[in-house]
Amino acid sequence: MSGPPGVTFETLKKDIRLEWRSKDAINSMLFFALLVVVVFSFSFDPNAEESRLIAGGLVWVAFLFAAVVALNQTWARELRNQVLDAYRVSPAPANSLFLAKAIGNFIFVTVLEALMVPLFVVFYKLRVLGPAWQLVPVAVLGTWAIVVNGTFFAAMSLRTRSREIMLPLLLFPITIPALISTVEATTTILVGDPTTSAKFWIVLLATYDVMFTIACLALFETVLHAE
Amino acid sequence: MRKAFPILGVLTAILLSYALYLAMLVAPREQTMGDVQRIFYYHVPSAWTAFLLFFINFIGSIQYLVRRNPVSDKVANWTIITLAVLCCIGGVVVAVVPDLKAALPEGTEPSAIGTTGVIIAIAYFVIRKYFNIDAVDALAVTTAEVGVVFCTVVLVTGPLWARPVWGIWWTWDVRLTSTLVLWLIYVSYLILRRFSSSGQTPVMAAALAVFGALDVPLVYFSIWIFRTQHPQPVIGGGGSIDPRMLHVLLMNWLAFLCFAYLVCWSRYRLEIIKREVEEAQALESLLEPRSAPR
Amino acid sequence: MNFLYVAYGATWAIHIVYLVTLVRRYSRLRREVDELKKSR
Repeated sequence: MSGPPGVTFETLKKDIRLEWRSKDAINSMLFFALLVVVVFSFSFDPNAEESRLIAGGLVWVAFLFAAVVALNQTWARELRNQVLDAYRVSPAPANSLFLAKAIGNFIFVTVLEALMVPLFVVFYKLRVLGPAWQLVPVAVLGTWAIVVNGTFFAAMSLRTRSREIMLPLLLFPITIPALISTVEATTTILVGDPTTSAKFWIVLLATYDVMFTIACLALFETVLHAE
Repeated sequence: MRKAFPILGVLTAILLSYALYLAMLVAPREQTMGDVQRIFYYHVPSAWTAFLLFFINFIGSIQYLVRRNPVSDKVANWTIITLAVLCCIGGVVVAVVPDLKAALPEGTEPSAIGTTGVIIAIAYFVIRKYFNIDAVDALAVTTAEVGVVFCTVVLVTGPLWARPVWGIWWTWDVRLTSTLVLWLIYVSYLILRRFSSSGQTPVMAAALAVFGALDVPLVYFSIWIFRTQHPQPVIGGGGSIDPRMLHVLLMNWLAFLCFAYLVCWSRYRLEIIKREVEEAQALESLLEPRSAPR
Repeated sequence: MNFLYVAYGATWAIHIVYLVTLVRRYSRLRREVDELKKSR
């Protein structure tokens, strides 16, 4: 396979293989998310109805922080072995690299979410009262929103002091509309009130994803070549 | 140019004092809220000034990104012109089609659409004419910093107004939250500029500014939907305004605009001098082989 | 009423603080320019 999709696919395969062998990112994400769940579980002891109201926010805060852990490491490996410089001088289009990283991060965070959801259900005695299938597009779109901007800002943070702080500092304000939409959609679906619908939020999330994916793809080459 | 500064400074001080006098003593006392409402005459002009400054920053950031390459420069120019023309056409269409006209927010005229597009285009080309590409970046830093100052004023005076009138310090309503997010985005912009050590800082900061500009309408919209689902008190409500109050409001805005202009001018000059000094220092260190150990 | 004065006062306090930082940055630059001139 050659050409831009080929580059993306090959880079993605490489990243997944490396991650599978070391399990660095997954382990740290998992542990972090678990800590968040346990600590929150001690601080709030909600009954089933209350937990449906707050779980949306808690879950997504946990995922957001865990995603930041993974995102910080995204480019670190490339920097260490001067792989990033090799990419810059290669004819491979910058966007292929970006997509590969973003999709890789997306897969890692989704795996994390799949592992964490049963834990949340158990700790917060959750039962979904609304249309549960809607949680899938919410999770997919919400995760992509965090990951696509996160990968972009992680690349921007590379050349700053206090790299690990820079990423969340840049990421959180920009992802606020996506976070609001995701949390509200999740809460609406959990609570299952028939007069409300998560559809507006899902549409808004999709709009956000499209807009920012385009923006990231348009500007990534510029950021990659910044030195 | 430099001689004008003290004169303008004195004039602005006089204008600000006059505006303060108007706000405190001349403006009529509000019926329900009382004298606390006078905070409005500082809160709203600061908000409008901050938005204007951030808008200039947005134009500057776009220009910095597109003007590095002659092709993208031309494309951007024609895009802006096309958008302005579309706005004018859109304004005419909305004026002619009654359904669309009814859909406009209360008090907005269809001609505002056309005017907005034209003003944005004029601003773009005026900035383009008077600022070369490095100057545009200095303009971006300046307007971002001064914008954050004015935005801070908005976020401080807002709760100080809300607390005595509505009993709460803060509420997640559309305008307050959007302003807070805007403030957060630009503070992160300034931090990025300070912490970034590469020569391409301006490019990355410009990219962040573009992201921020895309973000704010989405924030506004998401909070608006949130609010229709969870109704909460509206701070600073809409509705028509007493013409005497409008006069005081506009006078204060004029005074703050002049003040903001002078502050920006100072900050801009500071930035230009700083860049020249840095260049000179870099040159110095290159031309001093004797101080280097052999 | 108090809130009104605090609000106006806070507004000017914020502006004055910013202007002070500008002045300090100016004087630091002035010093650096003088140092550059001396070392010439």
